[in-house]
Amino acid sequence: MSDLGRRDVLKAGVATTAAAVGAGLVPEAARAAWTNQPEPKASLRVLRWKQFVEGDIVSFTASTKKFTEKSGIQVRVDTESWEDVRPKAAVAANVGAGPDIIIDTNDDPFKFPDKLVDLTDLADYLGGKYGGWYDTCRAYGTHNKRWITLPQGVNVSCINYRISAIKKAGFEKIPEDLPGFLKLCQGLKNTSTPAGFALGHASGDANNWTHWCLWTHGGMVVDPKSNVVLDSPETVASLEYAKQLAATFVPGTLSWLDPSNNKAFLAGELGLTGNGISIYTVAKNSPDPALKAIAADMDHARYPIGPVKKFTEQNLTLSAYIFKYSKYPRAAKEYLRFMWEAEQYNDWLEASNGYISQPLKAYAKNPVWTADPKATPFRDGADRILVNGYAGPLGYASAAVMGDFIVVDMFAEACSGTQTPKAAAARAAERAKRYYKV
Amino acid sequence: MTVETQNLELPAARAGRRWHDNRDLLGALFMLPAAAILLVFLAYPLGLGFWLGLTDAKIGEAGHFVGFGNFISLAHDAVFWLVVFNTTFYTVVASIVKFALGLYLALLLNERLPLKSLLRAFVLLPFVVPTVLSAIAFWWIYDSQFSIISWVLIRLGLIHRYIDFLGEPWNARWSVIAANIWRGIPFVAITLLAGLQTISPSLYEAATLDGATAWQRFRHITFPLLTPIIAVVMTFSVLLTFTDFQLIYTITGGGPINATHLMATLSFQRAITGGFLGEGAAIADAMVPFLLAAILFSYFGLQRRRWQQGSAD
Repeated sequence: MSDLGRRDVLKAGVATTAAAVGAGLVPEAARAAWTNQPEPKASLRVLRWKQFVEGDIVSFTASTKKFTEKSGIQVRVDTESWEDVRPKAAVAANVGAGPDIIIDTNDDPFKFPDKLVDLTDLADYLGGKYGGWYDTCRAYGTHNKRWITLPQGVNVSCINYRISAIKKAGFEKIPEDLPGFLKLCQGLKNTSTPAGFALGHASGDANNWTHWCLWTHGGMVVDPKSNVVLDSPETVASLEYAKQLAATFVPGTLSWLDPSNNKAFLAGELGLTGNGISIYTVAKNSPDPALKAIAADMDHARYPIGPVKKFTEQNLTLSAYIFKYSKYPRAAKEYLRFMWEAEQYNDWLEASNGYISQPLKAYAKNPVWTADPKATPFRDGADRILVNGYAGPLGYASAAVMGDFIVVDMFAEACSGTQTPKAAAARAAERAKRYYKV
Repeated sequence: MTVETQNLELPAARAGRRWHDNRDLLGALFMLPAAAILLVFLAYPLGLGFWLGLTDAKIGEAGHFVGFGNFISLAHDAVFWLVVFNTTFYTVVASIVKFALGLYLALLLNERLPLKSLLRAFVLLPFVVPTVLSAIAFWWIYDSQFSIISWVLIRLGLIHRYIDFLGEPWNARWSVIAANIWRGIPFVAITLLAGLQTISPSLYEAATLDGATAWQRFRHITFPLLTPIIAVVMTFSVLLTFTDFQLIYTITGGGPINATHLMATLSFQRAITGGFLGEGAAIADAMVPFLLAAILFSYFGLQRRRWQQGSAD
């Protein structure tokens, strides 16, 4: 990278901050200094999750191009569906070769924290400049007090519902308590626009709602000391509740993968489901009048709160990290800094139409969250989630338990009646112990 | 001839060229590239797989030797045994049906048919289409809300609600088996067809003159002469079915409630998605006895060739 290019990059950062401060997006006092000198003649390979919303990749690619123009650092961005990023990251970590940067999901990087470049300086800089990191994002970013990933955002899942359907079932809004929510789903079934939540191996949707259901009843896979406590009365209570809920679902949810509820909802078959904002985005932007009508007739709400009396949502969290084997770690850091600066990040957030919620608090002021009130419930996702493997630490075992669908399978067994809730909890606890033991 | 030539040469020249003429040495030399390829790409990964199965290796960590710890743990794992059952059931049913239908199709295609070449090309289509694409097509065909099969049956008034193809464990097992059969038949059919065409028509003519019926011709000419090909085809078919991954991964992800998980998909889920390389490798190792059995079946099947060539069985 030439000196001129490097100065340009740094200047861009300053200009970005100025623009963001002007727009009221960044607290003025929160600016921090940043110095970094990328390696000469650097080039980068980035592997990230494949977009669900077209605007995301358009903005991401445009910002990447802008980075190359300003810095002279060539960047190649490859995309894979997020289930496929995981094995590629695993292979890269194991063989010590592959992309310089990977933008991955949840606690995956905690399987190989020692292979990752320390990002503490960059995270401190961004946190200082943009109002600080949400606590959950800090948890997803740090390992032994060292930042190993840069959280990119939270793919927030909310209750997606048809306004007309819940009215027909006798409700004006989504109840915030569990008995009320069950009553609503029973009403939806009786009025032939049933609810449906994935019970198949859907990495996003199935994990979202089953973990919410477990946690909101006070159940958890492990305690803070990583002892498996899944086989508990709270877990059994959550499974019994889920079983009643599943009795109201549209047929076929045991086989549902991540796209299944989207297509059923867009086909008008569903009155309620749990999903990100992607269903709404597709419907709103479609030229098809039938889909436009669905967009007008749908809205979003937060998941209800159970006996624990606090939000206990589980969402996919996305994080970027740099492998130590990269020949250009400083250039990679510079790229991440550029992409996380307000000018690029705000543009990306808006282009993604609320599909991702910010990890840095200042970006909550982005107009995407208020321009369309139907997007507002997605805004504070990072404040409502519990981290994976709650209440234990993030790490190999928490990632493995989720990767092996232990909680999802436990709910599927109980909801389908193939096991009693008690037996399902005991079986899942045995499986979880295997990962927490080794 | 060679001996005479060597005798005419001077001793010194003979000594200089001795290694050139050493057939054993040259043979070993020429085999070296093939052996190196086999060692690097086959023996080493296989050995590494076995070693990993004996360790508690995780992604990013080499792990420690744990003996048969992973296998003992798997022996107590209900999901593993369910998956062993799924894999065996899937392989046995799909292989038998693929063989029966494939043989039937091969016999049909061996007859004098109009547009025979075109028909043969069409038969290959399921095998030519990338597996993931056909798997996605099946995923739609079996969808609980949009299945074309359910739609047609409802329109015909034969059923009143959509069939839950993939949401009920046994429905899901049969559904993925059907998808595997659809994809695997062309391989069996075309290979058996090639075998059929090596059988001399004069044998059939002689049998016909002797008054043999169609069944007798099949039983006493076609089937015995086709046996070596059948042995090879079925070995490959069983191996490919037993190690199937793409269809399951795309259509069901192993669900519902692990009812369609095969050993290959569970191995992947535990090793890569779950990050426990040791246990994933142990599951893959556990596939080896089954695969060896299939190879031995082929070996003994091929022995029949001696009998066919007139020597003792």
